[in-house]
Amino acid sequence: MTHLPLFALFQVADPQLPPTEGIFLIGTVVKMFIVFSVYMVGVAMLTLAERKISAWIQDRHGPNRVGYGWLQPAADGLKNIMKEETYPDSANLPLFILAPAISFIPAMITWAVIPFASPLPTPWGRIDMVVADLPVGFLFCLAISSLGVYGIVLAGWSSNNKYSLLGGLRSSAQMISYEIAMGMSTVCVLLLSGNVSLSTIIQQQATMGWNVLLLSIAFFIFLVSAFAETNRLPFDLPEAESELVAGYHTEYSAMKFSLFFIAEYANMVTASALITSLFFGGWDIPFTQWDNLPPFTVLKTVLTLGVFLTKVLFFLFFFMWIRWTVPRFRYDQLMSLGWKLMLPLALAYITIIATVVLVLDRAGVARGPAYGAILFGMNVVLAVLLFVVLDRGRIVSPAYSRLDREEVARLRDISGRNPALAEKKV
Amino acid sequence: MTIGVKVMDRPVEEVSYVRATLSGMALTFKHLVDPHKVTVQYPEEKWDLSPRWRGTHRMLTTEDGKSKCVACGLCPTVCPANCIKLVPGEDEQGNRYPLVFEIDEFRCIFCGYCQEVCPEEAIHLGRHYENSEYSRDRFVYDLERLSTQTHPVCEMWDPTDPKGE
Repeated sequence: MTHLPLFALFQVADPQLPPTEGIFLIGTVVKMFIVFSVYMVGVAMLTLAERKISAWIQDRHGPNRVGYGWLQPAADGLKNIMKEETYPDSANLPLFILAPAISFIPAMITWAVIPFASPLPTPWGRIDMVVADLPVGFLFCLAISSLGVYGIVLAGWSSNNKYSLLGGLRSSAQMISYEIAMGMSTVCVLLLSGNVSLSTIIQQQATMGWNVLLLSIAFFIFLVSAFAETNRLPFDLPEAESELVAGYHTEYSAMKFSLFFIAEYANMVTASALITSLFFGGWDIPFTQWDNLPPFTVLKTVLTLGVFLTKVLFFLFFFMWIRWTVPRFRYDQLMSLGWKLMLPLALAYITIIATVVLVLDRAGVARGPAYGAILFGMNVVLAVLLFVVLDRGRIVSPAYSRLDREEVARLRDISGRNPALAEKKV
Repeated sequence: MTIGVKVMDRPVEEVSYVRATLSGMALTFKHLVDPHKVTVQYPEEKWDLSPRWRGTHRMLTTEDGKSKCVACGLCPTVCPANCIKLVPGEDEQGNRYPLVFEIDEFRCIFCGYCQEVCPEEAIHLGRHYENSEYSRDRFVYDLERLSTQTHPVCEMWDPTDPKGE
């Protein structure tokens, strides 16, 4: 009888060195369980946070009955599980059932590659605080997050409902358009880090300074695209209650409907974590190198985890804050913002950053704080140019980009000659 | 081709989307941290009703528990919604009293004429709004129901300011 070398799996190793393969496997499984549970509980609490924040912004109290409001997500979940599920007669049932899962899973998978703390030393070796430290981490994020659109499109199409279909169509157009700008804006990050592994990107920011300062415009583009990718206001065109009933999930009821909501919040968490990792130094504690250098201790892990969570929670709050401030874009405004502003801006910014990086490297500036300071100075100039000089209804105002001045003048002329309109003016 | 396209005359050169968004966010943040909330926490906190609030009826009673109504028939006569059902009776001393007095609160339009016309100040509208019931027929209030209610009654007008000035 052969028995597993269980004892060998748990042998004590150097806490500062990578663990053996057996420990690595067990550690990964444990991390998966912990991350999954925390993530799901967090997503549930986010629904409460959204309702509370929306209430406070509108001078209301928000949910405060079930366990003083804290158990509201549990009550909602229970209600949704007990509700009747209805299926449209002519729906494509297999896809109709599959769609909520397809929209939910990619958001969860993306989280696997995001590092959330500095490595944790254990008696069995050093455990990286990331579920899977993929060498292609960031490319994985891009690949998986673009799968999310399938859930929405399939939901819209399989419902056999005109509103759902329009919602699905809009989401495919919107998400694909903004994915391009999003991808382009992150090329700048890759130019600086020279690697697509998220751990390397975080290390680079720890030494050079956070990318939000070095690549402010890229951060702006990424942020706006993230709103579009997660279908949050002001880009929630796929739902657009006033136009499309409830958009792609019009026909869904009970827990399947709820699953779309969970997917939306899961997407938000993932987008916030990505923004944090790419532009806000991930788990890096600002103004100190203490947390990035070995020897790693439990204290460092806990502190960096706290810093990471603070950053992510701030962005989650930011998502909600924006949602309850800005009204929805019109469809053509959304498209012109994505294609006529975000994409050219991202392309121009790549060119500028690539040139600056090339020049600085040729000039022999070491990649460190000085390098970061130069980039930061350049970004201040660019941001002033973009938001003060150019942003006067010319670039960052999608509402008017559809019509040029002559066209507006021509239309005014026509409507001036219209007897029906002329009467109204008097 | 003349079509009614509405072309808004906006000062395009002075509009900045980013700045408008930022000022909007400042406004919502001010409300977010503002501790003043407008919601009334209903079951615990209740709205102060006007003394002239006209809610579901109440029949006042004398000290010995009999209703003040003398079944004169003025209220069913004046009622514009025709929601009061009154069958008068008479006891041995010749005092009139209502045998049946029912008000259909669903038909009632809460005009308050019955209270105004009542010579005995017996029927009153109530300052009260919690009227839920489990069935529709429970909304036909009989004499007992009307007499046992205890909520405050409507004043119809302010005695110090009868013309409502």
